[in-house]
Amino acid sequence: MKRFKVSVLTLLTVGMLASCSDDDTAIAPVNEEEVITTVTASFSPVGGGSVVTLTSRDLDGDGPQAPVVTVSGNFAANTVYNGAITFTNEMVNPAEDITAEIFAEGDHHQIFYQQNGLGTFSYTDEDEDGNPIGLTVAYTTAAIPANGTLTLTLVHHPEKTAAGVAEGNIANAGGSTDAQVSFPVIVQ
Amino acid sequence: MFTTDSRFHMRIFYLLMAVFATSWCAFSQHSLSGKVLTNTGVPLDGAHIHIENGHALSLPDGTYTLTGIATGSHRVVISYVGYKSLDTIVDFHKNEVLNANLNPDITQLNEVVLTEKLLNKDIAPIQKLSVQTLEKYSSGSLGDALKELPGVSALKTGTTIVKPVINGLHSSRVPVISNNVRLEDQQWGTEHAPNLDVNAAGKVSVIKGASALQYGGDAVGGLVVVEPLRVQQDTLFGKTVLTADSNGRGGTISSSLHKGAAQGWAWNAQGTFKYYGDRETPDYILSNTGNREANFSGDFGYIGESYKLTGFYSFYNATIGIATTTHIGNVTDLVRAINSGQPVVTNPFTHSINNPRQEVQHHLAKLNFEKDFEDGSALNVQYAFQQNLRKEYDLRRGSFADIPALDLTLVTHSVNADWKQETDANTFKAGVSGAAQHNDASPDTGVRPLIPTYHKYDAGAYAIASHSFGNSLTAEVGARYDFSHMDADKFYQKTRWTALGYDGVYDHFITQDFGTQWLTNPKFTFHNVSASAGVRKDFGESLSLLGNVGLAVRNPNPGELFSDGLHHSNATIELGNLGLKKEQALKASVTVQANANSFRAEVTPYINSIRDFMYLRPTGVEYTTRGAFPVYSYRQNDALLAGADLHTEWDVTSYLKHSLNAAYVHGTNTDTDEALIDMPPLTFSNTFRYTNAGWHGFFAEVRSEAVLHQTRYPNYDFYADVPINGELVPTLVNISRPPKGYHLVHLSAGRQFSIGKTQASVNVSVYNLFNTNYRDYLNRQRLYADEAGRNVQIQLKFNY
Repeated sequence: MKRFKVSVLTLLTVGMLASCSDDDTAIAPVNEEEVITTVTASFSPVGGGSVVTLTSRDLDGDGPQAPVVTVSGNFAANTVYNGAITFTNEMVNPAEDITAEIFAEGDHHQIFYQQNGLGTFSYTDEDEDGNPIGLTVAYTTAAIPANGTLTLTLVHHPEKTAAGVAEGNIANAGGSTDAQVSFPVIVQ
Repeated sequence: MFTTDSRFHMRIFYLLMAVFATSWCAFSQHSLSGKVLTNTGVPLDGAHIHIENGHALSLPDGTYTLTGIATGSHRVVISYVGYKSLDTIVDFHKNEVLNANLNPDITQLNEVVLTEKLLNKDIAPIQKLSVQTLEKYSSGSLGDALKELPGVSALKTGTTIVKPVINGLHSSRVPVISNNVRLEDQQWGTEHAPNLDVNAAGKVSVIKGASALQYGGDAVGGLVVVEPLRVQQDTLFGKTVLTADSNGRGGTISSSLHKGAAQGWAWNAQGTFKYYGDRETPDYILSNTGNREANFSGDFGYIGESYKLTGFYSFYNATIGIATTTHIGNVTDLVRAINSGQPVVTNPFTHSINNPRQEVQHHLAKLNFEKDFEDGSALNVQYAFQQNLRKEYDLRRGSFADIPALDLTLVTHSVNADWKQETDANTFKAGVSGAAQHNDASPDTGVRPLIPTYHKYDAGAYAIASHSFGNSLTAEVGARYDFSHMDADKFYQKTRWTALGYDGVYDHFITQDFGTQWLTNPKFTFHNVSASAGVRKDFGESLSLLGNVGLAVRNPNPGELFSDGLHHSNATIELGNLGLKKEQALKASVTVQANANSFRAEVTPYINSIRDFMYLRPTGVEYTTRGAFPVYSYRQNDALLAGADLHTEWDVTSYLKHSLNAAYVHGTNTDTDEALIDMPPLTFSNTFRYTNAGWHGFFAEVRSEAVLHQTRYPNYDFYADVPINGELVPTLVNISRPPKGYHLVHLSAGRQFSIGKTQASVNVSVYNLFNTNYRDYLNRQRLYADEAGRNVQIQLKFNY
């Protein structure tokens, strides 16, 4: 019995030692490769004039800091602007432009332009099925001076054929939001 | 001293296993039925009744039935471990009744099961699920089956991820013990269901509170103890359960073979396959809610005269689809989901599973050595290895779609040695345990891991003594000491580190500067003492009183300490807290068991006072490029849970039985005077069951499940800016209010038949008969979609 107990203790010890082997490998931080930190929308007036650039940049990704929003200037009333939007991940070095990837997967993405009284946005691009993506857009500013908020929303897996979605109405789009940024916009 | 405990669990049946009937013979056939009792009249649950090449097991009320017996004289043996067998000859010319009163046989304790007493003289109220109940949930999960017990509810994510909730508590507060091994399967996560196959279980027990110190001292809520089927006879038998379900349009097949031996080689093997597609609510399809399982378990052992050596291995392998509608990007999506009341998009039914999905695998291998000594003591030594692989796939862009967003590998080695000595009036148990654990959070996911890479070492020792003061009074006391050390490698974004207020407080954890991130090495050591005491007093056969007090101490788990990031399933940012202290729960309960001929009742009021209860509470809203998110942080407050569980049984006639389960828990944060979140509402379950053993074991059952509206909840609603008609409008996000109560009706009927020597049975069940629309407060899917609707299930069982 005594010998038995000793052998039990030995077994326990061996078991513990065997399990304590360290298998540490070099520890590396995770590169947040999928995060969109920066959304840039550039609007060029069709007849020439100063470009308006809207930028939202959040360099800590899902971290506590809020995005820093900048608007380079005001829009001119009753003017048509050609808009192009880019998405970038600046958490990796060098920064990664995600725009081309969104275009390549255009049938699974759509950008919505939500505002009230700032004018009209109409899509100028389309995916392989002929549905809009929204990476480029024609913005006809309001006829009279206005100010308000422009919210750009990138939706992943939207229901593109649902009512109103192709016209830019987000209500029936479903899917999940990959980016949603808001800019204070002045039309004068 | 024998008790009447088992009578209170009459609804919990053991299956009539392997009835090898001499059917279809030319002679007329008869049945043998009766009751197996101890010499003091206590029913014996699971006694073996042998008749030549057939045998049956007695039910918890001691009754049994054997059918298909040819006319003539047959030898009948009725046996039960620890009792002298009854061996007799019965002359069959008509259906016969044979009641047996078995006498205890002190010298014949040939197998000591450390985890269980031979008789229901438990001091703590232990509730058990029978093989029959477990088979009913063959296509479901352990959590579904456990809901059949009063006071146990289910915390769900969708339809297939089900965690047991005991008296309002779950996850790390409810350890699951699988075949004497503490399951280490990332159980901290509310979306991580126990990684085990319900079909591999022969018996499941629930111990509410900290009374089972041999398994650990941290069971703040309680313990779930799962044991495989054990066969003690020299028999070879097999079992197959086939289940087809209309909802999910799939099926389950589970098969097992058991070779039992009194001495010599014995083995068991069991496998399960499950294949299900999208579940459906009454109104729409829940897209991407299919699941698959392919599980195996088996053991092989040698039983000597006084020892037993067993090797065991089990593999759980599941793919679980997460409803697409619950994957949302930000608060705007959440508001839309709540307001629309149903998924915006529902796709046609499919069996295929896309992202988001979970792929989990759990390996458990163990070696076990049991030795009985001549002085009546027994020793059990065990080594167990567990590897848990968890991959969670999200809806991701482009090349990331096939890369898991969470990829954890948890390896646990554990050893324990348990010693037990039983004398006439005393039982003494003592043991030591140790465990080493390593979690590897893969950095290849491209997402900062929710749980970091860490090492953890545990060691513990316990002693439990019980003493019988005469025949009617038994008392038990136990104490346990646990040591735990955790050592993690965790990256923090510097902005997060600062926002959490860690600057200057936890600088000593920082080991390296990676530009925008700190590499830290948090280390924690805990010394815990837990204890339990219980007393049982029997007043004859009709009344028993049980009183229990337990002190449980639980250390913060990796999720509570380190969580750091976005949760896509509920659009929240969850933040751990390095400053958490251990949680200490003092639970006291009283159980009254009453037995009056045709009526039995058990009621257990309890009070659980928890110091430094860890929980998530909203602490603000953060904005990212993805949009707005509420922030939930781990906090500690004192909590008080008080409630009662009730179970009654009433034999209306000898064929018709009524049973009732009811449970209520009142949870309060005593520091803030708020209700605790996710407390199960008042629940009633009424069952009428008609059984007629004489008519091929026919039964028909109607069960009503009523879940009332939970009116006590903390108000965690918050405001966030949401674009409405083009303007950002501060909008109240209504996440707190529990859904309405609901009432479901389930029907079930079945009978037995023989195919040659194979005893078979067929059961037809309809769950949610009226296809009721409802949502459950404890389902994380409740903000997005209804629960599954009606399910018609056909189940075939074969014993051979």
